[in-house]
Amino acid sequence: MENNKPLIVQIRDLYKSYRRGAQIIPVLENITLDIQEGEFLALMGPSGSGKSTLLNLIAGIDGADSGNIKIGGVEITSLSETELAHWRANNVGFIFQFYNLIPVLTAFENVELPLLLTGLSKKERREHVAVALRVVGLSDRIDHYPGQLSGGQQQRVAIARAVVTDPTILVADEPTGDLDRVSAREVLDLIGRLNTESGKTIIMVTHDPRAAERAHLIKHLDKGVLHEDTKASL
Amino acid sequence: MKILKLLFKNAFRHKLRTGLTILGMTIAILAFGLLRTVVSAWYAGVEASSANRLVTRNSISLVFSLPISYKEKIRQVDGVKLVSYGNWFGGIYIDEKHFFANFAVEPTSYLELYPEIVLPPDRKDAFLRDRKGAIAGRKLAERFGWKIGDTVTLKGTIFPGNWDFVLRGIYYGRDKSTDETTLLFHWDYLNETMKKTVPRRADQVGFFMIGITNPNLAAEVSVAIDKLFKNSLAETLTETEKSFQLSFISMTEAIVVAIQLVSFVVIIIILAVVANTMAMTTRERMGEYAILKALGFGGGYIAALILGESLVITSIGSVLGVAATFPAAHYFSSALSAFFPVFNVAPGTIYMDIAASFIVGIAAAVIPALRAVNIRIADGLRRIG
Repeated sequence: MENNKPLIVQIRDLYKSYRRGAQIIPVLENITLDIQEGEFLALMGPSGSGKSTLLNLIAGIDGADSGNIKIGGVEITSLSETELAHWRANNVGFIFQFYNLIPVLTAFENVELPLLLTGLSKKERREHVAVALRVVGLSDRIDHYPGQLSGGQQQRVAIARAVVTDPTILVADEPTGDLDRVSAREVLDLIGRLNTESGKTIIMVTHDPRAAERAHLIKHLDKGVLHEDTKASL
Repeated sequence: MKILKLLFKNAFRHKLRTGLTILGMTIAILAFGLLRTVVSAWYAGVEASSANRLVTRNSISLVFSLPISYKEKIRQVDGVKLVSYGNWFGGIYIDEKHFFANFAVEPTSYLELYPEIVLPPDRKDAFLRDRKGAIAGRKLAERFGWKIGDTVTLKGTIFPGNWDFVLRGIYYGRDKSTDETTLLFHWDYLNETMKKTVPRRADQVGFFMIGITNPNLAAEVSVAIDKLFKNSLAETLTETEKSFQLSFISMTEAIVVAIQLVSFVVIIIILAVVANTMAMTTRERMGEYAILKALGFGGGYIAALILGESLVITSIGSVLGVAATFPAAHYFSSALSAFFPVFNVAPGTIYMDIAASFIVGIAAAVIPALRAVNIRIADGLRRIG
């Protein structure tokens, strides 16, 4: 990555803990992290290291105990629930391990979901969805329900849903964790293309070293502490 | 994509569970509607009463009679337009199982006083001309397959002997609330027979029906009539026809209250059933609600999805229940015509059905909706996989 690109994510002194009964369990401690625009970052670490929690905090779906997260110039840790929901709708694309598509909606309708929160007309929404499904190579599956698609295809629909609003960042939590090798490779290729061809900033949590290799930068979390970069590929 | 489409799709994701819940709702609305109709049927006599009619009876009890000679005195009271009279005959047709109401009345004045009893003119003339003639309501004639000209024999209970009547007419009700299950015959026929068989019971009537010129005068006229016969051997009690009918209902008020309570218990039970369905549904989809929240959908949208789904289920059940109420009420009407001469599903009952289904739909989904709205996205996402 070029060093002169602006910072899209700025995290400072981030703390997060969970309460289990009377016990307080620290999950993230004193995290400070900068991510440049157009970066493809892989977060790795053992189970329970806090990587998904960090991803959730960056995506604005969980709240920190203390510290600051600034994304695209917006201090999201100071936003209200409603403001945060609005911010997520416009700035974050989600890719989950289990695809998390709505089973009663077709591929088209699933991809269209985030656009319902925008002011786009029906015609404009249809055009956006068609483009997104073409990008992921599923133009011929628009009327299929998730149950009629393979795991790889479902994940591609989920990716189309993530990018259809042209978000500031894409967050992916174990995007290949539920896929076979071939499908996983196809999905990683697609995510890679979104980064290289569309310049999307991607933050990906993964256990899989092969998936992590696709990223420009790999950061490791262990027991809630972020360690130095261990590898920077490409 | 419209939210309504999503509501219907969500509602039928678990077809068996939703189907059973809709079936339960249908049965509950049917039961509720029928029970409310029973209550309405109980009050049918009250509803059919006219504000222009008064009833005068013996002040001690309906069992005791009044002299026919009171008629002329009553007619002279200011505000009185018309006086008719009659007796509860209490005759049995074949056996007690074939019960129906039968009255001996002075036919000319009675039919004038009750314009809701509609009789073709030729049948009316035939009835008035024949002292042994009788008229029956449409439902009663249908029940026993009577035709004009048939002889109907009643076995007297209050007035001993077998009494033969020739059916001269079949009346129908002008209003929905008009009783079409009664048999009316000439009071003169009864009285003449009494003169021959039990003379001391002759020239006695069970009640006077009084038409008044102005409903606003009902209280004054009643007082004036009762004043006429104060300190006589047979003091009178005059009241509006409505009060007279209500006095019958008050004797069975506990039953009416019990039926009303049961009708509401039915709704509470179905509320628990629908609430259980919605709780299960919401718990299963908590991950999806978390996804929607993550995508930026607000709590209002999530709540609308859950409340809407609940309303879809209860509305379908309600529509089916209301649709089933009419044929069921028709069947009940035929089967129970001896007890409920008027058994019509009132518009008010349908409104209550709709209100009940709306309240159940909302109340059943409130807690699940609150849980879904308040779930932390990260917690909801953890439930997937």
